[in-house]
Parts: sequence; C-alpha cells; structure tokens
Amino acid sequence: MSEIILEIDGQEVKASEGMTILEAARGAGISIPTLCYHEKLEPYGGCRLCIVEVEVRGWAKLVVSCVYTVENGLIVRTRNEKIDRIRRMILELMMAHAPDAFELQDLAKEYGADRDRFEKEASFCIHCGLCVRYCAEVKKNNAVGFIDRGSRKEISFVPEIAAKECWDCKECFPLCPTEALQAAYVLTKALYFPPTGE
Amino acid sequence: MSRINSPAELEELRQRITSVRDPKKPCITLCSGSACHATGSKEVAAVIEAEIEKQGLSGEVDIRKTGCHGFCERGPIIVIHPDEICYFQITPEDVPEIISQTIKENKVIERLLYEDPETNEKIIKESKIPFYKNQERLVFGSNGNVDPKNIEDYFAIGGYSALAKALSEMKPEEVLEEVKKSNLRGRGGGGFPTGRKWEGSRDADEPIKYVIVNADEGDPGAYMDRSLLEGNPHSVLEGLTIGAYAIGSHEGYIYVRQEYPLAVENVNLAIKKAEEYGLLGENILGSGFDFIVKVHQGAGAFVCGESTALMTALEGRVGEPRPKYIRSNIKGLWEKPSVLNNVETWANVPLIINKGADWFTQYGTEKSKGTKIFSLVGKINNTGLVEVPMGMTLKEIIYDIGGGIPGGKKFKAVQTGGPSGGCLPAELLDLEVGFDELTDAGSMMGSGGMIVLDEDTCMVDVARYFIDFLTDESCGKCVPCREGLKQMLKILTRITEGKGKEGDIELLQGLSEVAKEAALCALGKSGPNPFLSTLRYFRDEYEAHINEKRCPALVCKELIAYHIDPAKCKACMICARKCPAEAIISAKNTIHVIDQDKCTKCGTCFEVCPSKFGAVHKISGEPVPPPIPEDERIIRKSAKK
Repeated sequence: MSEIILEIDGQEVKASEGMTILEAARGAGISIPTLCYHEKLEPYGGCRLCIVEVEVRGWAKLVVSCVYTVENGLIVRTRNEKIDRIRRMILELMMAHAPDAFELQDLAKEYGADRDRFEKEASFCIHCGLCVRYCAEVKKNNAVGFIDRGSRKEISFVPEIAAKECWDCKECFPLCPTEALQAAYVLTKALYFPPTGE
Repeated sequence: MSRINSPAELEELRQRITSVRDPKKPCITLCSGSACHATGSKEVAAVIEAEIEKQGLSGEVDIRKTGCHGFCERGPIIVIHPDEICYFQITPEDVPEIISQTIKENKVIERLLYEDPETNEKIIKESKIPFYKNQERLVFGSNGNVDPKNIEDYFAIGGYSALAKALSEMKPEEVLEEVKKSNLRGRGGGGFPTGRKWEGSRDADEPIKYVIVNADEGDPGAYMDRSLLEGNPHSVLEGLTIGAYAIGSHEGYIYVRQEYPLAVENVNLAIKKAEEYGLLGENILGSGFDFIVKVHQGAGAFVCGESTALMTALEGRVGEPRPKYIRSNIKGLWEKPSVLNNVETWANVPLIINKGADWFTQYGTEKSKGTKIFSLVGKINNTGLVEVPMGMTLKEIIYDIGGGIPGGKKFKAVQTGGPSGGCLPAELLDLEVGFDELTDAGSMMGSGGMIVLDEDTCMVDVARYFIDFLTDESCGKCVPCREGLKQMLKILTRITEGKGKEGDIELLQGLSEVAKEAALCALGKSGPNPFLSTLRYFRDEYEAHINEKRCPALVCKELIAYHIDPAKCKACMICARKCPAEAIISAKNTIHVIDQDKCTKCGTCFEVCPSKFGAVHKISGEPVPPPIPEDERIIRKSAKK
C-alpha cells in the first residue's frame, strides 16, 4: 500500500491508502471525539461527532472523519469555531436522552455543552449502534437489532437468539457509551417479557 | 407478434400499425390515470363501451384508455379525435349523449366543454385551453395519446426509434456525448448533470454496471413520476435502455413505490411486451446489445428516494443511507458503478437522442435546459400536472396555466421542491424557474412539487407541517436529523401553540446549521429548509407568534378566538344549532354569544354564519371583547327592520 502524506492541524501526518482521517489522526496522536466508532467495526457515520473540515484543492468542506479516506495533500482541521459549535449541539441533543453518561459529560465539559439545553427524554440510548453492529459484525449472532424508524427507533434483543447466545457473551454491554446497564435492561426485558405476537 | 430483429423491421412495423389506423375514424381517448380513476373514469369507460355497442357503432369508434392528461382538477377527461373535442368531468350519465350527439351527429355538447373563467367562452379543442396552451409538453404530451397497456400505440408515435437509432447509428460514446451536450440535469432533486453521472460510470473500471430508475416519488402532493410511469412506461424503458447502452450496463432496476399499484402493473406489462418484441433481453434489435430490467417495489419509506438508501434497500437491507463519500455512479449497488436517475430524467433521453441535443437546448435557461413537469396543487384553480420550459416564471405557471387562486383569495407563497424545499413569497413571483434560480432563492427544484398557498395560510404552521413530515420519515441513523429535526418540530409546535419564547428563532437556526452541515444524507441536510425559507421571507410571522402571541393568518388554534359581533348578529340560531360544543349562548331574538370556556375553536360557527351577516370573527393577539350585557341582547322586532 502506498504511503499518503496529509496535513492535520498543521502537522504532517503519514498514512496508508484506504485509511480514514480518524485513523490517521489517532495514529499521529491527534484526538478527534467519537461515540459510534469502533476499530473492529465498519464505519457507521451515525453520531457525526467526529466531523472535521477538509480542504481539497482549495475548497473547504465538513466531512465525518470516521468515513472520509485520506488523500495526498489533504489539509484537515479537527477544530474550529464552527466544528465546536456543531459538536456542542450534537452533544446537547444526545444529553436529552442520557444526561448522566460519563462519556457525554466529559465531552460536554470540553465543548461547553449545556446538558439541559433540550427537554429530557430519558431513554439512555443515543443510537450509536455499537451493540447492534458488534453483535452482527464481530459475533455474527444478530441477537440485538434496531426496531422501528427515526425517533421511534430502539434497540431490541431477539428473544430466541438472545436466550441462547447472550448470557455467556455480554460483550456488547461495556461498549455502550451511555449506560452499560441499558443493554442489560433491554436484554432482560426481551427474555422475561418477550413481545407477544398480535 | 414476433420479435423485431432490426431497426428496419421496427420501422416496417410502425408503418403497418399506422397504415391500418384510419385517422378519420373517431377515437375516444379517456384519461385513466390514478387521479381520473379516483373520480370515476373506470365507470365511464365501461359505459362508453356498452353505449357504443348499444347505439350500433361497434367497430366504428375506437376507445383508448390513456394515462394522465394532466388537468386532474377537471377529470375524468375525454378527448374525441380527430376533431380533438375535449370534454371534462364526465359522468356515466353523460355518455349516451356523447355517443349519440358528438360521435353520431358530430354535434358538440356545450355543457361538457371547458369554459374560460375570464371570458366565459366555451373552448372545444384541448390545445386551445389556457391550461394546455401555455405548456410545452415534450415529455408528458404523449401520455394522452397512448394506451400504456398497448405497446403498438407507443410504436405508432415513433416509440423505440431512439433506441434503434442509438444502437444502429451511434457508438455508446456518441450517445453519452449527445446527452452531455444536451445539459440534461437530474429531474429527481439534485439537478446533477446526467451526462457527467453517466460518464463516471462508463469510465469506472468494473465490468458489471447498473442503471436504475428512481420511481420512489414520495413528496406529498407530487405525482408526476407516477403519472409518467403509469401513462407512458415504454418511454422510461426506452430511455433506460439507451442509458445502459451508453455506459455499458446489461442490467437495470426500477425501484417503484408499492403505493403506486397502477405504475407497478403497467411497467411490468411494458417490460413483458418489450421482451416479447426483443426490445429487452438478448441481442436487442439485432445489435448484439443485451439488457434486462427488473422491478423492485419499495416498502414505503420516503428516505429510500435518497440514492444510497435506495440502493441499500435494493440489496435487500434496511433502507438507510450509506455514510460513504464515494459517488454511487462509481460504487453503488452491490459496490458496482450504478447510474440512478428518476423517471422523468429517463423519459427525456429518447427525445434527446431522436431530436438531438441542439433541439433540446433551445428550451430552457442557460443552466437549466429542457422542460420540467410540476405538480401544481394546493390553493390553485387548475390543479394538475404541468410541463413547462425551464425559465418560465412562477407567475406564468400559477396564473396563466394554473388559473390563479380560488375564491378571490390572495396569493401568499408557493412551496416548491417537496417537503425539504422552501416557500417563496409574492415578491418572487417573477422568478424564472430553474435549478439554480430556485436554490438561490432558498428553495429547490426537487422533483417538481409546487404547492400554492393563499392568504389563509400560517407560514409557521407550514414549516411545522413539513418538519413534522421529515421527522417522521427520518431513518434515525444520524443524530443531526433524528434528534435535531425532532427538537425543531417541538419548538415549532410550541410556537404555534403560543408558547414560543425569546431565543427560539436562534435555537432553530442553530439546529438548522447542525442538520445542514452534519447530517448524513440529503434528507437531513435539506430538512431545515421549510423553517429557513419561511424565516427568510416571513420572519414577521414568527415574531408575531412569539412576541405578541398572535397568528397573523388566523390559523393557529391556540392563538385565535371566535367572537360574534353583536352589531351584526341577527339571532338566526344557525351557529348555535351547529356548534358541536354547545358553546353558543343563544335564544330566539337574542344576540348570540360564544362561551369562550366551552369553545373548542373548531370554526363551525365561522363557516355557517350566513355571509350576508358575517357576524362571526376570528381574532388573534387581542383580548376577546366582553360579552354584551344580557339585557342588551334582545333584538326588538322593530329594530330588525
């Protein structure tokens, strides 16, 4: 694989072809916040927190660094006023669901996000999909999935699969960025109160 | 029927079909599109057939059930050829007279004709009616002449001759060049240059490529793609096949909404017929080119109109957009180069190949060439589908073709581009319609929805309505769209309920920025448009709602009250009897008073109060006047004079 040289926050960074900006930045010790990223999983691009500004042939645009792949001569800025403003509001939107999540609180401090900006809707879940994707991509079990669409979307365990697979695994629990007990709660609900067909 | 093996055989077949058709033989074309179907065209068709037989004219009159003619406001429509006599709003009861008078006696039935509302003149021919006269129906015009279930009708109007020309006289590169030269831009929303999209796929280093028709039209009130696919499916197939030839694809898909049953039926039938004639399949027209088409029915998610979500759904997965920065014409369906264009774009292709890019570019503006079909709906006299050259002004479309606003009301705004488009005010009526012109004005072309709003429309409520639609249709994958639009909806709802507060506009602007800049797909990125465009042109309405708790258009229920003007009330009791909440204190000869505590603001009293009295008023932003004292409510007989 050929080597690619790009610039991140004024610093020259070496990366290899096919790498994402996020991987290149982390390799060089430059931090970019993420909530739905996991190195073992396909990029998801859901939380949009890793948004950065890239300059390609003089044109600046905002992209998410967990998906955008590196190119020679690419100039990346991981923070500026606009990026911070967007990250702040994304955090505030998530904190309506999980105001007490430690990861969100730390990021909120960094970006000056107000946890009470939006009316609380304590669901704990921020739909990062880590549990769902880890179970599908790494464990290949598909014991947990998303149901419904849009703001009604929820994670849900499939009782038939979960009853067999989950008790000895539970590897998705610690992945949850908001509340490890969230997955446990949903799992228990699925197993002890399985949805009844109409 | 037998396979057509060469362009010459296609031409022979066409001549054979037209030579046995007597141009003087009466032919009744009846609109059988979905809109006319809903107003009873099926029943009319049955009666026409029965009546022709009953009156002894079997075999002497042709009847052709065509696709949508466009003037849906006046459906069901029939046009009697060769004289082009056009009748509107036909009921089964009208049919015997049509057969006995017009067909047999050649007499025109006055009452079924179109009457020009301005001159009161009766108009006989379709082409003279203002609604049609001011259009340029290049793509949509054939709809009224072909029976979509009969491929011979399409042959008769020169169908598949563009494909024959492309396959026999042009190299794929030449087809591509012609489309590039035509400057055709995608009619589905983005307005991306079609030729450039094709070129990307053609140049991509992959042996397998796909061409796809986006027939997932999901905008409220928009039905042009539906009508084209229902009414002239072969034109779409022909365009798709030409595109496949140009880029080197041998497999195509039509992604059509399941909610369009007639389109699904007609396009499936069209594919079957085209296969029988050898216009799809192997060695098309003896050229050696192979191409097949499959139909995929969408499951009813608006977001699947977005290109990557559509392809994900085609692959059999949940229709969510992909987070990729590589264009789908390079890596699309199953990671292969895939050209996705919408129905109308594909239907333009045969015209460009047949008549040439130079012919095509004479229509339109510098950057937007050709025509565009709009679905003109809302508060407009002539609801329907209209095809106009790019560059026509909004005013011409709304007034000259659309016939203006009904009920003598004032025009307030036109919402273009579907739910994530924007609202343009009266000051912009002279705006020339084109991709860039609409975008610059804060709206967009989208797929061509055009909803006309009159003075009785609250623009904050309109923004709330469209954001509600988009929130509901968000796939929920990314935060800016799923959470951001939801919060926008909450704030807008609060404002229309009179609970708006200082800072709401700024918060909405902040949420808009995040959605626009950070959302994953076009749905989220354009999601805030209904708010942004109404704020841009109607900021005073937002301010009135928030600061004065007043709805200037008197729409938002929580901000209005109904009041009976004691000086005008004639104590007729009508409103009191109709009020479902029993909120009107009334008695004979006693001025009526609305009990504000009981009133549910349903508006019934306002509607039923005789217009000669006009005693019921809507008020907003001011206190309701106190009820007049009981002893002053009696209307004396002498006072009534």
